[in-house]
Order: sequence, then C-alpha cells, then structure tokens
Amino acid sequence: MLPKLFFGYFAAAIVLLSILVITRRNAVHSVLWMLLLFFHIAALYLFLNAEFLTAVQLIIYAGAMLVLYLFVVMLLNLKKEEGVSRFVDFWPNALVIALALLFAIGISVRAIVIGPTGGYSVDVVKKAGHTDILGRVLYTEYLFPFEVVSVVLLVAIIGAIVLAKKKLKT
Amino acid sequence: MVSLQSYIVLSMIVFTIGIFGFLTRRNIIIMLLSVELMLNGVNISLVAFSHYMQDMRGQIMVFFIIAVAAAEAAIGLALIIALFRNKPTVNIDEINIMKG
Repeated sequence: MLPKLFFGYFAAAIVLLSILVITRRNAVHSVLWMLLLFFHIAALYLFLNAEFLTAVQLIIYAGAMLVLYLFVVMLLNLKKEEGVSRFVDFWPNALVIALALLFAIGISVRAIVIGPTGGYSVDVVKKAGHTDILGRVLYTEYLFPFEVVSVVLLVAIIGAIVLAKKKLKT
Repeated sequence: MVSLQSYIVLSMIVFTIGIFGFLTRRNIIIMLLSVELMLNGVNISLVAFSHYMQDMRGQIMVFFIIAVAAAEAAIGLALIIALFRNKPTVNIDEINIMKG
C-alpha cells in the first residue's frame, strides 16, 4: 500500500509539473518548475533502486544544466516577449497528434512481457552497492561507448565556445 | 508493488507533454526545455525496465542519455545566444531570415 501511495504522489506531481513547465508564459518560471520536476524524477529513481542515477540526476540536471538555462534566460532580456500569445494558433491539432501518440503507445503497454531477467537482482545490487556495480559494468562492457561520450562532450564544449563568442575583427 | 506498466504509462505521459510543448510553444527556450522533458520521460522508462528486468544496461543507457542531454543543452543555449545577438527575439516565428 505504501509504495503505491508514494508512486501515486510522485506520478501525479511529475505530470502536473510537466504541464506547468510547458504552459508558463515566463521562461524563468518554466525553468524553476523544471527544477522541481527533476527533484521528483530523482526521487522516482531512488524508488527504483538506482541511487547513483539519483545523484547524477541531481548534480548534472538540476545542479548544472538548469543553472545554465537560468543563466541564459536571465542574460537575455525577455521583457517584451510576455505580450505575445502563449501557444500557436494550431495547438488543437498538436494536441490531437500528441494524444494519438499516447493512445498508440498506450494500447501496446498491455502487451509488455518481462523477458529473461539478468543477474543483477535487488539483493545482489544491495550487497555490492549500486555505484560499484554500475561502475563495473560501465568500465568493462561499455568502456568504448564511455570514451565516445567523452569525445561528444569535448565537441560540445568547443562548439559552444565557437558559437557563442563574438566574431574577431580581421 | 508498483507494476512496470505504471512506470511506462507515466513516462509516456511525460514524453507526450514534451511533444505537445515542442509543437505548440514558439519560445525557443521553452522548446529546448520540452526536449529535456522528452529525454526525461525516456529515462524513467529505461530505469524502470532496468529495475524490473534486473539488468544494469538500461541504467548505463540513462547515463549516456544524460551526457548527451548536457551536450545538447550547451550547444542549444550557445545557438540561442548567437541568434539573439543577430536578432533580439526568442520567438522562432520571427527568425525567418533564411526563408526564400
């Protein structure tokens, strides 16, 4: 009963906060609701026995990325943007598309069957520690993708600097 | 015990709200936030599958998605700053310089 109560609260809060994020007129409000949303999603990860991902979600998403967003939103002076209409004129069409997608995936959810489970049951993960096991898998089986992701981040850093800096006078 | 299906339905709803926000909002910052919303919806379903199938690979995938999302946010915000320098607006309907 208690797990269902917890899940119900977090699911309802996540849906409500997502709707708040996309309907606010002021971008700063959107970013702040997004921050609260990320906290709730992190709590959901905790609920699924993924402690390390909770920490990563809080540090990277809530700590680094949203601060970056907030920084840019406050850097740009958006005072006069608040007068324009919130949604585009064809928003009912977009709502129909979104609901159709929800329906299409929704009817397939009932067909989910759990396949053969892997070896990392809750007891095994609890015994060795989640971070330990995640690190072992990441640095052995997924070492090459891990290195590729580091290159992706390097490209993103260089690209962001090149895009955002002022043109030099030649 | 909460069933796997509830998590999948929750992740679908978050993903759908993200799509709706991306299609209907014209503020470029909120459109980027909608993309983050979609990525988070997928992350919820991956972690839920990982937990219920007792397999670590889903969580590794979430790890990579978070890294790519951070890269996407850095590039996207740099693009917004570069756009804003040329034309001081975040409404993407007004950014139509390349329209023929």
